[in-house]
Amino acid sequence: MAANPMTQFNVYRIGPEIKLGAFDISFTNASLFMIISSLAILIIFNIGSKKNSLLPNKIQLLAELSYTFVSKMISDTAGLKAKPYFAFIFSLFMFVLFCNMFGMIPYTFTVTSHIIVTFVLAAFIFIGVTIVGFAKHGFGYLKLFVPSGVPAVLLPLIVVIEVISYLSRPVSLSVRLFANMMAGHTMMKVFGGFVISLGIVGGWLPLSFSVALTGLEILVAFLQAYVFAILTCIYLNDALNLHH
Amino acid sequence: MIKKIYFQSIFFSFLFSKEAFAAESGGMPQLNPEFWVSQIFWLTLTFGILYVVLSKLILPKISNNLESRKSQILENIEAAEKQREDSEAKLEEYEEIISKSKLEAKNIFSQSREKVLKDIGAKREVLDKQIDEEISKAEQEINNLRESAPDKINMIAIETSSELIQKLIGAEVNNSSISAIVDDLSRRNGDKYYGN
Repeated sequence: MAANPMTQFNVYRIGPEIKLGAFDISFTNASLFMIISSLAILIIFNIGSKKNSLLPNKIQLLAELSYTFVSKMISDTAGLKAKPYFAFIFSLFMFVLFCNMFGMIPYTFTVTSHIIVTFVLAAFIFIGVTIVGFAKHGFGYLKLFVPSGVPAVLLPLIVVIEVISYLSRPVSLSVRLFANMMAGHTMMKVFGGFVISLGIVGGWLPLSFSVALTGLEILVAFLQAYVFAILTCIYLNDALNLHH
Repeated sequence: MIKKIYFQSIFFSFLFSKEAFAAESGGMPQLNPEFWVSQIFWLTLTFGILYVVLSKLILPKISNNLESRKSQILENIEAAEKQREDSEAKLEEYEEIISKSKLEAKNIFSQSREKVLKDIGAKREVLDKQIDEEISKAEQEINNLRESAPDKINMIAIETSSELIQKLIGAEVNNSSISAIVDDLSRRNGDKYYGN
């Protein structure tokens, strides 16, 4: 096999080493692709919102369709009370989506294939949702762990399970995205390696697999961004509406 | 054969050494904490900027655009509805006018027809009267003529007879005797001449 399929996930420093106190905050390829994704989002949506024509052009249509898509997703899952969090969920969805999609271009780096990135996002969501929940309902938010209509005998067990499931939210949220991205990209690399090692005679089968996988991975890239955003909406719904 | 085994062994040793090398340097780069802080820092920075710019500058504009479009479309629909109603009212008016004028035209037509008929009738009556008058006049004249004809003929006969007698015999004959003869003749033969 030509190259290790995991080398694509290597983070390396670009430019000089930057230190902030004891921490190394050097500019890396990961930082580069975070900036590229953010800039792409900002450029596309800036162009898409600049001109307000009654008949939208393509970019404006794209921006407005994304807006209504996310807005509908939020109002469907978390109701009208989630309106103030629209901007956050929109940015989150777009950021994850663009990072995933940029990762699909050959020789690029997939930001979301790193557990630390997805975990920071998920932890931020988890902490934010918990704060929102306590701010809205005070200690009544703890009722989330006590589902109604459960026999008293089972209650201690249910509460423990609920607490564990609540605490595992950031882990499941981050690992889902990270594992999907990593597995997909690794698999594509492995099949790409097969194409090289099997040569002109046998390479066609893994090549066709590779093509199919590319399509699948683009779907997964969109789907995981969507799942990430919609799970955030669901958590937010728990915190805002509390009817568990 | 030996050559083949030789090449194969070279190939496999190459493969194994490569794999060993990969395993040594690899594992999952994701679990290497070397750049974790850097990634967290840059993620916070870029995502923070993205969030701030989107929420403060871009998303309000998009929502504004959508709202204004919605309201404009509603306005346009309302205006179109109004115009449609207007045009319907106008169409109704127009149809009313048309039916009214049709009715009027019919009225005028029937009126003028009646008038013409009346005129014709009056004229015919006058003409009929005139014709009748003329006919009666002519009839009277004929009657007069017819009535006076025998007398005149008698007179002519008397005069002619008297003249003839005078010429023939040269004597004057009393007119009254001749007229008596003529009267007698005409009474006897009157039916033959006049066909009465």
